[in-house]
Amino acid sequence: MSESGLGRVETQLVVLFDGDDELVLESGARLTHVEVAYETYGTLDADGANAVYVCHALTGDAHAAGHHGDPARRGWWDNLIGPGRPLDTDRFFVVCANVLGGCRGTTGPASPDPATGEPYGLRFPQLAVGDLVQVHRALVRRLGIGRLLGAIGGSLGGMQVLQWALDHPGELAGGLVVAASARLSPQNIAFSAVAREAIMRDPDFAGGDYYGNARRPDHGLALARMIGHITYLSEESMRARFGRRIQDAAAPRRGFEVDFEVESYLRYQGESFVERFDANTYLYLTRAMDYFDPFGDAVATARKLAAMDTRFLVLSFDSDWRFSTEHAREIVRALEGGRVAVSFRELSAPHGHDSFLMPVPEYHRTVAGFLERLAVEAAVAPLVAGGG
Amino acid sequence: MRPDLNLVAALVGRDARVLDLGCGDGALLEQLITRQGCTGHGIERSIEGFHACIARGVPVSQGDLERELGELPSDAYDWAVLSLTLQAVRHPARVLVEMRRVAPRRIISLPNFGHWRLRAELALRGRMPSSRALPYSWHETPNIHLCTLRDFELLVAESDQVVERRVLLDGSGRPAGRTARLEPNLLATGAVYVLRDAAPTETVSSG
Repeated sequence: MSESGLGRVETQLVVLFDGDDELVLESGARLTHVEVAYETYGTLDADGANAVYVCHALTGDAHAAGHHGDPARRGWWDNLIGPGRPLDTDRFFVVCANVLGGCRGTTGPASPDPATGEPYGLRFPQLAVGDLVQVHRALVRRLGIGRLLGAIGGSLGGMQVLQWALDHPGELAGGLVVAASARLSPQNIAFSAVAREAIMRDPDFAGGDYYGNARRPDHGLALARMIGHITYLSEESMRARFGRRIQDAAAPRRGFEVDFEVESYLRYQGESFVERFDANTYLYLTRAMDYFDPFGDAVATARKLAAMDTRFLVLSFDSDWRFSTEHAREIVRALEGGRVAVSFRELSAPHGHDSFLMPVPEYHRTVAGFLERLAVEAAVAPLVAGGG
Repeated sequence: MRPDLNLVAALVGRDARVLDLGCGDGALLEQLITRQGCTGHGIERSIEGFHACIARGVPVSQGDLERELGELPSDAYDWAVLSLTLQAVRHPARVLVEMRRVAPRRIISLPNFGHWRLRAELALRGRMPSSRALPYSWHETPNIHLCTLRDFELLVAESDQVVERRVLLDGSGRPAGRTARLEPNLLATGAVYVLRDAAPTETVSSG
């Protein structure tokens, strides 16, 4: 395995929908200008058959691997993507885009509404996971990719992969769904509700129209991040990382300021998060997750599963209590019941929900093995017919 | 492929939906999928077996057979296969019930602990028997529920199932010669059974 990883990469921008070709959302709402920030790694084969699409999670962005100038600051999935890594950029053409509704270059609530020139704020339409997928598909078409060898995602990313395969048969040879869920539990929704409350009750939230203001709902967004972050870690990983150690002092100060190391860490997570993330995006994307229920309609599910030709790998982590193995099993049961080829494994890793971002050897080996098999099958399949 | 698995593949036939419990490296399922037009799913405990299945393109769940079997949807398969594994599960009777839940026809193969060699080893040497099919010593064997063919057939009868077909095996795992049929519980090294539900008994209304 290469130690160095990818070198310098750049985020690119492309307009995928405009007035002539509007994006119609599941709600029926229309967006007349959709710009997407994306990155690609590796080279697309002549027949466009070696592409792997990476779907990011709630707070991710297009910058999945490599660096933007400082080799020490690398993309969020750099340990998985690069030469000799499971998403081997010497073989595969890897694409990652910031999702619709995002705040890292792709059109979202902070973008100007073409009708008014002012930022959308809460006038941005409600999003479904399927809407995010529609924009991914437009990017895939624009890049000249045929059938995707695979799509992979953790958490919200895995939800996009699942939705994609269900709604658009023929487009994904493989779907890799990691630490994801087909339906949030009441506990998941409860955490997400508290995070949204923290944002919307911030006096600086201003009904979502804070973009021109001197103050943004930073306290609320930081609090939302702190709550979220607790659910991403496991009790064990917190104990190992912080214990009950005291920050910057020999003895507990016994006041209400930050004293324990874990408090300091959470505060740092919150404060650094507001530098790069938009509160309205947090609202829209968590809401899309709350309503996600791709197997909810039994009749439609049966029809979609019967048409599906995607082979799945579903992975969970034993220390993940945000999307526990039970969530993964629900996905496996639904796919298996619909006679879809699905492999499943619960991996052992101590990092909680965040395990999907960690270089867990057996996890990476499983992803690499599954992709390898997809590549073998794609190579033996006949080439796409050239016309007749 | 193991000779007894060739036999299983022949019994399953074409275009079936197959669950292989304890599928090992996925060799049986690969053959069924690639050569016999079947779809399938395996359950395998060992990590190396799991990776071998992934490399072959065989859908597989990694984990404990009894746990994973309980997770699968009902009536999702045409066949459930359990090859030389029943003796290693914690609750054999419960596994038979679960296999009925997921598939109308089941194939179960097992080593025969009533084979004369094993009986002789215990009777004459006074030692726990071992054989090619049962190579472990008593303290490290995963085979915690060994039985004879007669024992197994009694359990089948008690669980409202019938033996649709029985193929006796010799020491190499191939179909045994004619002699074994004279006294299977003494002469066969093992057997492959095809099980299905007993036909519901006809109730005659009185009146």
